Amino acid sequence: MTADNTTLDASAPRLEVDTLLDDPHTRIVVCCGSGGVGKTTTAAALGVRAAERGRRVVVLTIDPARRLAQSMGISELDNVPRQVKGVDESAGGELHAMMLDMKRTFDEIVEGHADADRARAILENPFYQSLSAGFAGTQEYMAMEKLGQLRANDEWDLIIVDTPPSRSALDFLDAPKRLGSFLDGKFIRVLMAPAKVGGRAGMKFLNVGMSMMTGTLSKLMGGQLLRDVQTFVAAMDTMFGGFRTRADATYRLLQAPGTAFLVVAAPERDALREAAYFVERLAAEQMPLAGLVLNRVHGSGASQLSAERALAAAEALTDQRAEDTHADAGTDAGDDTDAPAAARAENNLETGGIVDLDGGKAGSRTAGGPSPAAAEHVTPTSASAAQLAAGLLRLHAERMQVLARERRTRDRFTALHPEVPVAQVAALPGDVHDLAGLRAIGDRLALNLTETDDTDTDD
Amino acid sequence: MSRLHVVSGKGGTGKTTVAAALALALATEGRRTLLVEVEGRQGIAQLFETEALPYEERKIAVAPASDSGRRAGGEVHALAIDAERALLDYLQMFYKLGSAGRALKKLGAIDFATTIAPGLRDVLLTGKACEAVRRKDKNGRFVYDAVVMDAPPTGRITRFLNVNDEVAGLAKIGPIHNQAQAVMRVLKSPETAVHLVTLLEEMPVQETADGVEELRAAGIPVGGIVINMTRPALLDNGDLDIAARGARTGVAKALSQAGLGGARRGGLADRLIDPLLEQAREHAERVELERAEHAELTAIGLPTYELELLPEGVDLAGLYHLARDLRKQGPI
Ligand SMILES: Nc1ncnc2c1ncn2[C@@H]1O[C@H](COP(=O)(O)OP(=O)(O)OP(=O)(O)O)[C@@H](O)[C@H]1O
Ligand SMILES: [Mg+2]
Repeated sequence: MTADNTTLDASAPRLEVDTLLDDPHTRIVVCCGSGGVGKTTTAAALGVRAAERGRRVVVLTIDPARRLAQSMGISELDNVPRQVKGVDESAGGELHAMMLDMKRTFDEIVEGHADADRARAILENPFYQSLSAGFAGTQEYMAMEKLGQLRANDEWDLIIVDTPPSRSALDFLDAPKRLGSFLDGKFIRVLMAPAKVGGRAGMKFLNVGMSMMTGTLSKLMGGQLLRDVQTFVAAMDTMFGGFRTRADATYRLLQAPGTAFLVVAAPERDALREAAYFVERLAAEQMPLAGLVLNRVHGSGASQLSAERALAAAEALTDQRAEDTHADAGTDAGDDTDAPAAARAENNLETGGIVDLDGGKAGSRTAGGPSPAAAEHVTPTSASAAQLAAGLLRLHAERMQVLARERRTRDRFTALHPEVPVAQVAALPGDVHDLAGLRAIGDRLALNLTETDDTDTDD
Repeated sequence: MSRLHVVSGKGGTGKTTVAAALALALATEGRRTLLVEVEGRQGIAQLFETEALPYEERKIAVAPASDSGRRAGGEVHALAIDAERALLDYLQMFYKLGSAGRALKKLGAIDFATTIAPGLRDVLLTGKACEAVRRKDKNGRFVYDAVVMDAPPTGRITRFLNVNDEVAGLAKIGPIHNQAQAVMRVLKSPETAVHLVTLLEEMPVQETADGVEELRAAGIPVGGIVINMTRPALLDNGDLDIAARGARTGVAKALSQAGLGGARRGGLADRLIDPLLEQAREHAERVELERAEHAELTAIGLPTYELELLPEGVDLAGLYHLARDLRKQGPI
């Protein structure tokens, strides 16, 4: 298995994150991927790194974790970028960040495209409120809209965008069009038809349809509801075409040469399957893919020791201990496991010499934490050391199993898309919620240690 | 005991998996449960390894007997609720619409109505689930002993269930309005319990706490918290403590005794120690974080249930395993 994997691994080109970030031609980096894989963190980490390497960067985050937002000073939603403090600006860069306010962005489009009275009518309409707060795709549309605005300002030389937490990475590309065509849709045109064409003969059948529908809908939902819909549609009338056009414009921006897509995925089956779909889709849309960020990959400094051997050794150590204890009580079970003979032979002799073992160990163990008195002079004895060693070995076996699983899923992706450059980011044990953490992620991204590198440094 | 179990939680924490396991777990002694999904993703079909579910209730699994075999199993039925179909059925039921219904569909009105007004969509979905909860057979017995819903994630669950408020702004009178009120009565009664699935990680735990607060504020009964994908702590405090103080020589000896090479400095066993201890430190850090998150969950004051991480993922056998684990942890 390993030989196979290494070859596959070697054939996946490395994603050079610093080269991408340093290139002045890179103007937009879009971090996409399915939910929960670390897009926001990756986007923020790239922002910090790019800024500290000298670029004027703005990061557009969507739904960041509360503490992360706080640490970047963007927890208030005012829908404009704020400069992030604590970033090393000695290379001449700067980091600005913002958190997308979807409803506000929508409101601003309305305010910008309708006179004051009309805008107010729209903003107060219950249908508008429901649409702007909850339509599937509004968030994606508004993320694109905001990206378009930031790009138009031309105030930053690098824009890094996070994408909304959707189940499918493709939603980011599809949802804006969905909202656009929904607003331009057939039904809306029917609703507007009477107002627009005023009963022209050719439209008569539509009006029949209309009144039938009006009847049914108002029976169903009450007349008020339908009036609300109609006022909404009438008020939005001038803007409808606009939504389509805007969505199209941003779409083209995403195809432009200065844009780079990074697909973020965890080394898990579902996430990588989504990533593969997305890669194929980007190619079909002629959108430039920079590479795959494989986030939260596990590694081991002791990968030369296999899970199987570690478990066998752990078992040998545990059996040995069990035997020792039983021997005291005269109830040697005489089990016939095949633990390494050498281990058994030596062990009794060595442990026999040390007597303070059980008392000392019990003290420190059952307390559920270090008891200060015991901690000072208890030196681990070989039996407690054996137990510790067994624990370490079990832990290692588990780690190696995780590694193997992650490698299998990654290899499946690489086999499908050998052309996609990959950057692996080692898993941090805890969550990331400060600049130091983001910097650490950035370092790992740029370092991009593959397993082959790991074993190289070991030998 | 509640009969409508709504399973929510942060995205990807295992809502679908837990809902399915719960539907299996509740199907004991000839009981019949209905597992419903509302987001049109066919997650249930995938999990049960069957073809896509139609908009129609059908049996998808036979629940296992208890471990001892003394208590027989029951059966799980499933339904993928589709808002558009639900609306058409509804129109049909109340208005005998016939061709007018088809015309509406053709014009995109149904699509329009269910999309532009999420409140309307939700009341159709929850309405269907509530109908199944209250449905009785000829003998006046409930058709389903329990209904389990694979619901939208925590971020949307309160709005989703609080249909009355959502629809109130849109439909102030009429059958939709009445339907919303009827649904709300069920959802706010002790017949309903919303369970939140979480992992022992910061974001899901935070969302769980926020979600519980929101649900309570809306007067919707919260059931339990399901902590999913737990991992055993392989080293206990004492071990970690010793490891923290650096037990090099002892451990090197033990490793060597276990046949992993020489214990002397630079020997094979000795070279394993640093990386192994490093892994132990990471593990300790994670265990510590998990403990803090666990404490936070306990502080919410709801019953908790735990499901372990199945290392090879959840296949059908894994699902039954999780169902058994849930059962062992008492009534949910
Ligand atoms: N206890 C478990 N052990 C191992 N894997 C699990 C466990 N529970 C869930 N999973 C896996 O985690 C992934 C997500 O689970 P699931 O689809 O149930 O989550 P969800 O909350 O319904 O996600 P979504 O928000 O996308 O609907 C699946 O691959 C599932 O198999
Ligand atoms: Mg799901």
